[in-house]
Amino acid sequence: MSEDVKKLIIDYVKKEYLDEDSDQTIDENTKLISGGIVDSFSMVSLKMFLEKKFKISIPDEKATPEAFDSVNSIMKLIQEFVKP
Amino acid sequence: MAYSETAKTHYTNELKGIRSGGLFKEERFIESPQAARIKVEYPLGAAPKEVINLCANNYLGLSSHPDVLEAARKGLETRGYGMSSVRFICGTQDIHHELENKLTEFLGTEDTILFPSCMEANAAIFEVLLDKDDAMIADRLVHASIVDGMRLSKAQLYNYKHSNMEHLEEKLQETQGCRFRMIITDGVFSMDGDIAKLDVICDLAEKYNAMVMLDDSHASGFMGKRGKGTHEHCGVMGRIDAITTTLGKALGGAAGGCLSGRKELVELCRQRARPYLFSNTVPPVVVAASIRVIDLIEKSTDRRDKLEENTMFFREQMTKAGFDIREGVHPIVPVMLYNAKLAQDVARDLYAEGIYVVGFFFPVVPQGQARIRTQVSADHEREHLEKAVAAFTKVGKKYNILGKKKDEIIAMYGV
Repeated sequence: MSEDVKKLIIDYVKKEYLDEDSDQTIDENTKLISGGIVDSFSMVSLKMFLEKKFKISIPDEKATPEAFDSVNSIMKLIQEFVKP
Repeated sequence: MAYSETAKTHYTNELKGIRSGGLFKEERFIESPQAARIKVEYPLGAAPKEVINLCANNYLGLSSHPDVLEAARKGLETRGYGMSSVRFICGTQDIHHELENKLTEFLGTEDTILFPSCMEANAAIFEVLLDKDDAMIADRLVHASIVDGMRLSKAQLYNYKHSNMEHLEEKLQETQGCRFRMIITDGVFSMDGDIAKLDVICDLAEKYNAMVMLDDSHASGFMGKRGKGTHEHCGVMGRIDAITTTLGKALGGAAGGCLSGRKELVELCRQRARPYLFSNTVPPVVVAASIRVIDLIEKSTDRRDKLEENTMFFREQMTKAGFDIREGVHPIVPVMLYNAKLAQDVARDLYAEGIYVVGFFFPVVPQGQARIRTQVSADHEREHLEKAVAAFTKVGKKYNILGKKKDEIIAMYGV
């Protein structure tokens, strides 16, 4: 999956979850859920964003904290559902 | 055997994981009524020790107030112990109706429905009031019971950064196509003691045609000049559509909660709210005592005023002593320590000094924001608070954290 997609997700996470004055850096391996940046409640909005952006539907059983724990794992999850 | 070895091993390992993660919650046995000074058996088997309680939600000190106890006794004698029924079968007494009316008048709303707890009120209302074409737009730090309640609803869930009104407005713009929208917030956020910007929230709600729902559990009875809650404090009485709150904190501290708000919303919950329909009625003793609690609060603001003075005093003294406390005006006074182990160590040492407090750390608060959440009560006398500050100072010196700010504490102890 392209660098553009990676950037799109990183930008969304930064905008949506970090405070303006936060010095937290986000890359594709940063732990989002287990690192305390995104809690399981806020994960819902991330799921909705991805579904809307990529026109996919991620079933609840696939939307696990593990699957959303880094930009890398999120990209893998999206790949499962985006039709080639 | 149905409870197999595999199942037993699984649950044992889960518990081991909680213990090894340092997240195992222990209960301490209190051998006295709830008050500013309590007798505690801790650790288990130790001789009971009298300590100053600085972590109860007993904001107004009404949990063991003689008038409240008397009302409870009278309620027990005249209306019995239990009703053995849900409300709509044979569980509604005259006093349930009386308390609902009193709460309506006190909170300045149109109608009120009692629930066995505020947790159940929060579990109930979103499912009843909102559907898949609607949006729930919640502050990211709302109470866990609201999160659970929202999960039960089919409505679309959006959340905004904590108290970030620009982000809330973005979400309101994003959801313009929804049938109904409800902005959902705590009045006072329980971990930081900070207050929702209800004036801005109500303005935005009007601008974007959204309803406002408020959980005022940490405010009812003492926030605002007459103690009505955050909506009074923020000058938005009459502009909140749904208020949930608890009788289990400042309002007597026993049990029970309610939804108070627009008449139709309350009436629909009376017909459809599952925790209301399928849970037992609030016990007569609690109802009778709660009526007296509201009477006491309406008759005099003395306790609320004393709480305000105590809070100011404790906040000033802790700041003067050099602690990093979250600024504010609420009796929740978080003493920031950032490191989970440090929070636990400081709490343990304070207990040895006769001060009962508890350390809070991830996942109860975000990673790296460990703290001791202290709570001031109108039941505290000046000497209790002075003793608490002295004990905090002694322990603070031991850990060399006095006068140190976030970065310095993190540099010493990590997060």
